[in-house]
Order: sequence, then structure tokens, then C-alpha cells
Amino acid sequence: MTGSGAFGAGLIGALTGLGGGIVIVPLLTIACGVDIRYAVGASLISVIATSSGAAAAYVREGFSNIRIGMLLETATTAGALAGAGVAAFVSTGAIATVFGLVLLYSAYLTLRPHDVVASDAPPDRLATWLGLAAAYPTPDGPRAYAARRVAAGYGLMFIAGILSGLLGIGSGAVKVLAMDRVMALPFKVSTTTSNFMIGVTAAASAGVYLHRGYIDPGLALPVMLGVLAGALAGARVLTHARTHALRLVFVGVVVLLSLEMLYRGVTGRM
Amino acid sequence: MSAHHERVEADIGTLLRVGVSVAASVAAIGGLMYLARHGTETASYGVFRGEPQDLRSIAGVLRDVFAGRGRGVIQLGLLLLIATPIARVALTLVAFARIGDRRYVVITTVVLALLLVSLLGVPS
Repeated sequence: MTGSGAFGAGLIGALTGLGGGIVIVPLLTIACGVDIRYAVGASLISVIATSSGAAAAYVREGFSNIRIGMLLETATTAGALAGAGVAAFVSTGAIATVFGLVLLYSAYLTLRPHDVVASDAPPDRLATWLGLAAAYPTPDGPRAYAARRVAAGYGLMFIAGILSGLLGIGSGAVKVLAMDRVMALPFKVSTTTSNFMIGVTAAASAGVYLHRGYIDPGLALPVMLGVLAGALAGARVLTHARTHALRLVFVGVVVLLSLEMLYRGVTGRM
Repeated sequence: MSAHHERVEADIGTLLRVGVSVAASVAAIGGLMYLARHGTETASYGVFRGEPQDLRSIAGVLRDVFAGRGRGVIQLGLLLLIATPIARVALTLVAFARIGDRRYVVITTVVLALLLVSLLGVPS
């Protein structure tokens, strides 16, 4: 039951590009009646599993930038520790409300058309000092790029970390926003580096959740295996099917879930 | 430098894949052990109680594993999973140290320290 729900979450996560974590918490709490604290703990575990599995494939392709990833991980891990720390002191209703808002915004981000912002303008001084210029493979050979507005991107990453630690999600949408929009990195570099960072960010809060007794083996195991299987199936569907209509349907599901989370959070029924 | 870079990326890819596979296998074995003993009992997660102390620390989980408890073995798998990205950061630290990139040795050490504080717990 939990496993099949998690399979669905992994599938939806892969097909919408949102990641399994952001769907698993509303699914467990709304459909299965699981307390949100257990749901967040189980979700963090599934986030580490899927992102590490996917990063293993991406890192070989040469798109993800290890330096940019590591620099920004100082922000996301610090944020994640802060978020996980705060989670113990806020009400479950407040967590559900924030969750609903973030979910709604993430659904909006995936639907918004993606325009190319990467340009050939020179990198800022901070980016040069930190050695954040690199190249990524294209059909016409390696293409150089450099990061801009590093400080602003760094700040946004700290917020992504807090959300990850508070809600048990990968915060992939916010991470991509920081790298793609703010730091003007190529989209493919942003998405793969974000995926690369998600596992480390989630590991930073998972430790805190484990010590606090929020990670239940009987729940986390089926959730982890289900989300992994769902993500693998989703990746397969993505390469074989025309996915636009499918994607719209699932984004619709995500919007409904976020409204339900908001409603329950605000009315204190969470 | 480029060849070294590519080798590091390959090593990281292998580490992540092996880590996730081993962690998921250990957790699945624990799940089977638990099912064999407790079978059809249905757990309730609607009311939050928090996990017992032994499932909240590395030492406690190891004690449960040696006592042959399924839940402890699952939790060990989950700990291995949490440790996988941490091992990835440690591997990256070694790679930066090898090419003498001091700036990134410092940056990576900060990340590793934050992760270890979380995993090992702050003594309270």
C-alpha cells in the first residue's frame, strides 16, 4: 500500500521533473493518513536514494559542475541543518502550509516556458576568484560558460537548504532557479548540478531527523524502494512516450495536492 | 588535469551507484527479516510517537543489528544511504587535495564538517 503509493510518487516526480520527494509527503499524509513528521523523514530518505542514483549517471556525462556544486553545498547544508532544527519547534499545520505554497510554486515553475538566459557576458570577480568557469559538452564541441551573481545565487541556495530541511524535499526547483536564472548557468548544467547537490543537502537534514526519531524503518523502507522503482519507470517512460499531455495531467495532480495541503495546514487539520 | 578530472567523476559515479545499491539491499534484507517475524501486523503512523532510542543513534542501530532485529537492519541500510553522499564529499576532498586546490579543500571541508555534525549528532 505504502510501496505502491511511493511508486506513484516516484513516477509523478520523474515525469513532472519535480522529484519524488515533493509528491511523497502530501501523498503519505493525505492519502495514507501518516503523521507529517514521519512522512518528512521517509521522504528525505527517498530523496537521497533517487538523487544519488541519478547523479551517478549524470556526473559521467560531464554536465554537472563539481566546483559550483561544492561551493553552493556549503549554503544548502547549512540551510538544511537550520531548517531541520526549526522543524522541531513549529506546528505541523505551519509545515503543511509552507509545504502547500512551495508545491504550488514548484508546479508553476515547471510549466513556465524556459527561455535561454545563459550568455557570453564575462563572469563576475567572485566567480573568477572561485574558479567557477568551465565548459560543457555540446554537439559542436565543448562550450565555455561562467557563473554570474554568485552572492545572490548563494543566498537563494541557503533558502533552498532551509526548505529542504523543513519539508523533507530536494528543493530541486529552487536550486535550478538559483543556478539557471540568477547565476545564468546553462540549463543542463543547472539541472544536473542541482541533482548532484540534492543528495548532500538531504543527507545533512536526514541525520538530524534520525536522531530526533522521525525516521521509521517500517515506513522509510517501502517508501524508498517504491520511489526508486517509480523514478526508474518514469525515466523509461520519458524516453519512449510523448510526454507533454502526461506531464500536464500530473502537474494538475500536484496542484490539487498542494491546495489540499494548504487547506489542511491553514485549518489546522494536519 | 582533464584526465584526472574525468577519472574523479567516474569514481564519484561508481561510489554513488555502489552506495545506493548496497544500502537498498541491506534495508531490503532487514525488511524481509522483519516481515518473517512480524508478518501481517499493520503499523499505524497516524499518531506521532517518535522512534525508540535504539533506532536514533548509530551505536543503537548496530546493537540492534547484532541482536538480529529486522528493524535495526533496515535502519542500518538507511544509515548507509545517508552515508553515501557524505562519502562522495570525502572523495571530492581527496581529489581537491591531490590537485592542490586549497580554496576548494577548505570549502569541501566545511561541507563535510556540517554533514558529520548532522550524522554523528551534537552532544546535548
